Amino acid sequence: MRLSERLARPGRGRLPSGLALGGHVARFGFAAVLVALAVTLVVSIVLAVTLGPADISPMTAWRIGIHQLWPDLVTPDWPAAHEHIVWHIRLPRALLAVLVGATLAVVGTVLQAMVRNPLADPTILGGTAGAAAGAVGVIVLGWSFVGIYTLSVAAFVGGLIGYGLAFVLATSAGGLSPLRLVLAGIAVSYLFSAVTSMLIFISEQNQTARVALFWMLGALGGARWDQLGLPTILLVAGLVYLLAQARALNLLLFGDETATSMGVPPDRLRRVLFVVVAVLTGTSVALAGGVGFVGLVVPHAARMVVGSDHRRVLPLAALVGALFLLWSDVLARLVIQPRELPIGVITALVGAPVFALLLRARLRGSDHAR
Amino acid sequence: MPDDDLTSEPPPSPVTPSTPAANAPLSLSLSDVTLAVGSLEICTEVSMEAAAGQIVGIVGPNGSGKTTLLRSVYRMLRPRLGQVVVGEDDLWELRPREVARRVAVVVQEPRTDFEFTVREVVAMGRSPHQSAFAQESAADRERVERALAHVGIAELAPRAFSTLSGGEKQRALIARALVQEARILILDEPTNHLDIRYQLEVLELVRGVGVTTVMSIHDVNLAAEYCDHVVVLQDGRVRAAGSVDAVLTPEVLEPVFGVSVERVPRAGGRSLLWFRSNTDPGPEPPV
Repeated sequence: MRLSERLARPGRGRLPSGLALGGHVARFGFAAVLVALAVTLVVSIVLAVTLGPADISPMTAWRIGIHQLWPDLVTPDWPAAHEHIVWHIRLPRALLAVLVGATLAVVGTVLQAMVRNPLADPTILGGTAGAAAGAVGVIVLGWSFVGIYTLSVAAFVGGLIGYGLAFVLATSAGGLSPLRLVLAGIAVSYLFSAVTSMLIFISEQNQTARVALFWMLGALGGARWDQLGLPTILLVAGLVYLLAQARALNLLLFGDETATSMGVPPDRLRRVLFVVVAVLTGTSVALAGGVGFVGLVVPHAARMVVGSDHRRVLPLAALVGALFLLWSDVLARLVIQPRELPIGVITALVGAPVFALLLRARLRGSDHAR
Repeated sequence: MPDDDLTSEPPPSPVTPSTPAANAPLSLSLSDVTLAVGSLEICTEVSMEAAAGQIVGIVGPNGSGKTTLLRSVYRMLRPRLGQVVVGEDDLWELRPREVARRVAVVVQEPRTDFEFTVREVVAMGRSPHQSAFAQESAADRERVERALAHVGIAELAPRAFSTLSGGEKQRALIARALVQEARILILDEPTNHLDIRYQLEVLELVRGVGVTTVMSIHDVNLAAEYCDHVVVLQDGRVRAAGSVDAVLTPEVLEPVFGVSVERVPRAGGRSLLWFRSNTDPGPEPPV
């Protein structure tokens, strides 16, 4: 695998791996980076809710927010429509972007460690394709078994089926082989993509194909407060669990023998991680569709800054993923306003060149080192 | 890649044989251990003992089951039959983490696409002692630095592990085993692919760790020099076991390796073993 070998060329100390080197200064530096990113994220959320076809100033957005939380503090002097846009449309949407972006980035990081392969991401292990098949299935067939939640539930279940199939195919007497997991995931993804294409093709209405395509490329437009509760709890719980596994993930990434000899049975850990990752991917796809590239690019970007230690990579990837998806969504809303682009188009258009640049920086560096 | 570039190696460090082993060595015993991978039986009813503090060498031809046998001592492979006892306890009745506090392993992993620094790799040795969210304590960091200095690679600490030469990697993994503070050390072919100086240095370091050690080793003469006790494996069965003088003899080794073995006396020490292929007519001119 040529690409993976190229990606594999280590930093060799040229990249700013100073942060990865431990010691008091570096730890302070890393904490400072996290705080700076967190502040940037909060500022970005405020900016994101002010950007859009309706012209609302940041100040007004702030005051609407404060008014919603503590009605007595601020007297409304804005049109009710603005309040609706800021509080009931843009804010939940921005928060969804943050949540889904952080989840996809963390899930991508964990998957890459699980299968020890830099090309792994949520879209190649069968989960996203399965979710898309489920969602497109209910769109095309016009089913509705749980009302407005039908699409999300179908996507969630489809995602679990996709991951589950890959998991079963990859498991053998000898355990869960990382390479087989990747191959099985790719096979399952192709299978479900074929099912999705077939469903779209046999569908009678043009509108269906459009909805399906939009959904497959990802869209945050459906964000509503009342839909955010349960997924938020699931995603936050999953993220906290994965952060707690950082040290075990380091061992897994270094090798199965090492993990075993340090008291972390790799097969057992992979199984648990697989379930967590499947639920997280299923939930995020159910909420936002099949947003690509975040889970692939963000982990690599994070590793280029702090090395492979997951205690640094995971929080950094979560914050960068959140920022990336938040701003991608803003672009998706603004580029052809008042219409919208699917967010997956933006993440790929921005992500692919960024990835190419990272790759080139890496190659140049390793040429120097030789 | 600058691998195995002699000039990049650090100068040989003076090895102090009296490494402070924080924990007392534990004994290890395998009784009638049968190991299989899938339906393929690799080791059959292997029994062996390593007394606390002993260095035990496992010798045998390729495919004789040395690596597989070692894997049963750190829970990588569960025996079909038989028992592995660490100290007083059955290996499979202890929690994985507890096993990791008792048994350290030095084995080369296949290269991965992800980079860790040497210091990060050595610090992994602390993980059996740390809880999930705990940061490395000052004492942990101190241990890591001491171990790096002890094996003579302190200046390589910020380097990417994969850029080290074979000898440097072995040193780093031994440093990792030191910070793990285990009481049994397992090594799989620690001298493989190393040139002679690094073979000797690595074995000196191993001896200096001062805990019960079980290692597979190809070079019979090095085994004779560094081991207290030797087990000879052939086709997954123990062919001989005992002291170096009792086991590393032409009578034992000739049938196992399928070669001619000769003793070559050496002034002031144990005689060396010299090997010749059975198809080699030997130095005598044919009559």
